[in-house]
Order: sequence, then C-alpha cells, then structure tokens
Amino acid sequence: MPTLYEQLGGSPAVEAAVDLFYRKVLTDPRISDFFEGVDMDIQISKQKAFLTMVFGGPVAYSGQDLRRGHAHLVARGLNDSHFDAVIEHLGASLAELGVAPALIGEVAALAETTRADVLGK
Amino acid sequence: MPTLHWEGQSLAVAPGQTALDALLGAGVSIPHSCRAGACQSCLLQATAGEIPPSSQQGLKPALIAQGYLLACLCRPEADLHLTAPGPGARVPALITKLTWLSDSVLQVHLTTSESLDHRPGQYLTLLRDDGLARSYSIAGQEIELHVRRIPGGAMSNWLADVEPGTPVTLQGPAGDCFYTPGDPHQPLLLAGAGTGLAPLYGILRDALRRDHQGPIWLYHGALNESGLYLTAELEALAATYPNFQYRPTLFHRDGPLPEVLSAAHPKLAGWRGFVCGDPQIVNILKKRLFLAGMASRAISADAFLPSTLK
Ligand SMILES: Cc1cc2nc3c(=O)[nH]c(=O)nc-3n(C[C@H](O)[C@H](O)[C@H](O)COP(=O)(O)OP(=O)(O)OC[C@H]3O[C@@H](n4cnc5c(N)ncnc54)[C@H](O)[C@@H]3O)c2cc1C
Ligand code: FES
Repeated sequence: MPTLYEQLGGSPAVEAAVDLFYRKVLTDPRISDFFEGVDMDIQISKQKAFLTMVFGGPVAYSGQDLRRGHAHLVARGLNDSHFDAVIEHLGASLAELGVAPALIGEVAALAETTRADVLGK
Repeated sequence: MPTLHWEGQSLAVAPGQTALDALLGAGVSIPHSCRAGACQSCLLQATAGEIPPSSQQGLKPALIAQGYLLACLCRPEADLHLTAPGPGARVPALITKLTWLSDSVLQVHLTTSESLDHRPGQYLTLLRDDGLARSYSIAGQEIELHVRRIPGGAMSNWLADVEPGTPVTLQGPAGDCFYTPGDPHQPLLLAGAGTGLAPLYGILRDALRRDHQGPIWLYHGALNESGLYLTAELEALAATYPNFQYRPTLFHRDGPLPEVLSAAHPKLAGWRGFVCGDPQIVNILKKRLFLAGMASRAISADAFLPSTLK
C-alpha cells in the first residue's frame, strides 16, 4: 500500500502544489498581512516543508519547531480563523491539481493535527 | 565551547557566534561585506572538523565538495579548522579600463590571466590588496562591472579614483542569475533598478548571442533620466532585434516600477524572470512576478545587499 505522500505524487507534487497554494495565501486579504515583508524564497521553502508534512512525507520539523516558528504571529493575532483559511487554500490548490476528494480529506486531517502547535494552544 | 583553529591560533566560539565574528573579534582580517550570506566575500575553507550545512547555502557543488563555507553563516557546533580560500577559488586580476556611464555609475573592466569561467549575470567578489571586499555582478562575456558610487562608500570611491593597471583579486563567480539555453521560445522578463542593470545587461546580451527567439522585455527603473545609463546601446539592440523590448522606467514620469510591470504584464505564467538591484525593490518585484503567475523556480534574483557593520 503506497503512502499518502506517494499516492499524491511525492516531491514533484509538492513542488506543483506549493506555488498554487502560496499564491492563494499571499492574495487572501484575511491572512496576507502575516506574510508581509517576509522573504519569498524562505517562505517557499517553508511551505514546501509544510506541504511535505501534510502529505504524510518525510518530516523535517517537530511540534516544538512549529510552536516556536509561529509564536511571533500568534502574538500578532494569528487565530483559528486564519488557520481555517490556510486549510481552505490547501484543499482548493489540491482540487485544482486534480487530487481526489478522499485524499484531500486525508491531507486536511493531517494538517489539522498541527493546529494546536501552530496557534500555540 | 567549540574551538576554531586558524593558522596556529585557537579561538573559543561562544554559542551562536559566527566564525566571522569570532575571527574578526580576535583581530584576524577576513574579507566580508553583507554578513547575510548574499555576497560570498567571506568564503573560507574548512580543512578539518564539522561544517554546519547551513553555512554552505548558495555555494556551488564543487566548492561544497572542497569544504568551502561562508564564515558569516557558520555557527560552529564542534571544533573546526579554517583557512583562507586556496588559489582555486581566487584569481589575480588587473583593472584595465574605467569609464563613467553616467554621473554616478562607473564601468570597470578587468582581465585575468586564468579564465574565470563565468556566465554573464553571475557575480564575483572584488578584493583590494588590504582585504576590502565587495561583490559585483558581471555585465558581459568580458569581465565588466557597473559600480554605483555610494557617498562615503569604501570600495566604490576607491574604484572611482584608481588608475588602470591596478592589481586586484577576484573570487567567484557565484549565483544563478544567468541565461540558461534550452527553451529558446520562452518569454523573458528582465527587471531591475540602478546598477541592477549590470547583470540584466549581461543576461540580455547572452540570450541574444545564443539566438533566443522568444520575446525579451527589459525594464530599467530609475528616479529620473540621470539614473539611466547605456540607453543608446540598449536602444540600438532593440532596433536590431525585433524580439527585444527596452523599457526605461522613470519613477517621476511613469510611476513605480512594480506598478508599471503589473499593468503591462498581468499574466506571466510560462515566463522566465530575472530581477536585480537593491534588496527592497528586488523583493517587491519577485513577489509581483510570482503573483502574476510566474513559477517560483522560474524567477532568478540577485539582491545587492550592502555592507553592514554588525
Ligand atoms: C550579490 C551582489 C551583487 C552586487 N552587484 C552590484 C553591482 O553590480 N553594482 C553595484 O554598484 N553594486 C553591487 N552590489 C553592492 C556592492 O557589493 C557594494 O555593497 C556597493 O558597491 C557599496 O560598496 P562601498 O564599499 O562603496 O560602500 P560601503 O563602504 O560598503 O558603504 C558605505 C555605507 O553606505 C551603506 N550603503 C551602501 N550601499 C547602500 C545601499 N544600496 N542602500 C543603502 N545603504 C547603502 C553601507 O551600509 C555603509 O553604511 C552587489 C552586492 C551583492 C551582495
Ligand atoms: S556572504 Fe558572508 S559577508 Fe556576505
């Protein structure tokens, strides 16, 4: 049984999804402020790591890293509604790439497991 | 505490301290400028010990294989033996010609006895014999630099007064801002401000020389006329090559460069982009191209990070 990461297409699929996903995030006025002024290349490599993780691929960081990495955003008001918006863009990006709804559900469920760490709860 | 070994000296490195700061703190003269991993002037070679992988970001595979690293990004976690770059990484050069292209931009030609093996658009580090180091983009097949005179600037003012025939040392080339053949019909967008034109001028002429067939747009941003240079040369190229469009963009006449670009090119999926110049404008332009649909991997950028003291 191939892993979810393999079913989705592995690293090339992450590559394809990152641009679509990050473009949606940057142009969504609900959340784009949190990305203002950050270096695009650094952001893209972070998004790649995030998508690899929610695809069930090899994980490069821990819950503690997520907590530390988002603490400054939580201090600026990052909350559940912003997290929901990100999950929404993730699903829309995968749908655009033709990923089956059942797999998108699995990805969303994996992303959901990071909510507490990202929001510092 | 990890120990840094340098030419017989042993230095203790505080946790989180960079090798560059430890060496400078001990009075060792190490070329450096941006302190942020962008100019590669602080290149050193490790001869033994554990190299933190993050200190090799942006280095060519050949340099990584030889244990090269950037001292400003290197936070040793274990003992490390460092030495100055070997002859393979540096070449002696002579300044051959100096020409003012505008009130503030100096064109500097150099020759080396060994070939540098560069691609136009890449950058190199120019080292003065006292170790002052600054990085400059290469504007052509020959080693041609465009240096903007910065008030109070150490290297740019020295170059403005130097005589042809003065020896210097070059390190590099580095960077991936250059034309890659293989897709001769892909539309190219070249955008930059100030001496950001240097790499773009190199990339443009390289693409034309290699018979690039697709459209090539060059936007050169400046506050006003006095900020433009090489206009006659670029207009001549535009008259010769129907696929090349030259767009000098003046802030006072046309508005901000990012707005001009967005209006002229709202959709850039499938294009390749090059953006160069001051970090602020480069970051804004990169984002614009990306949001207009250009793939992130199709965007090459060089931000001209200035020198910093800390
Ligand atoms: C990859 C790369 C490529 C580069 N390519 C070019 C090029 O092709 N042409 C070119 O002219 N320059 C280029 N630069 C910038 C160049 O390396 C030097 O920083 C610049 O020439 C100034 O050096 P200087 O010794 O004259 O001034 P410095 O003595 O370094 O600077 C004097 C003071 O001015 C400040 N300063 C310098 N430049 C700026 C600036 N732009 N904005 C705000 N403050 C500033 C410094 O922080 C310092 O306080 C590039 C930089 C990098 C990293
Ligand atoms: S890369 Fe280290 S000082 Fe610029």
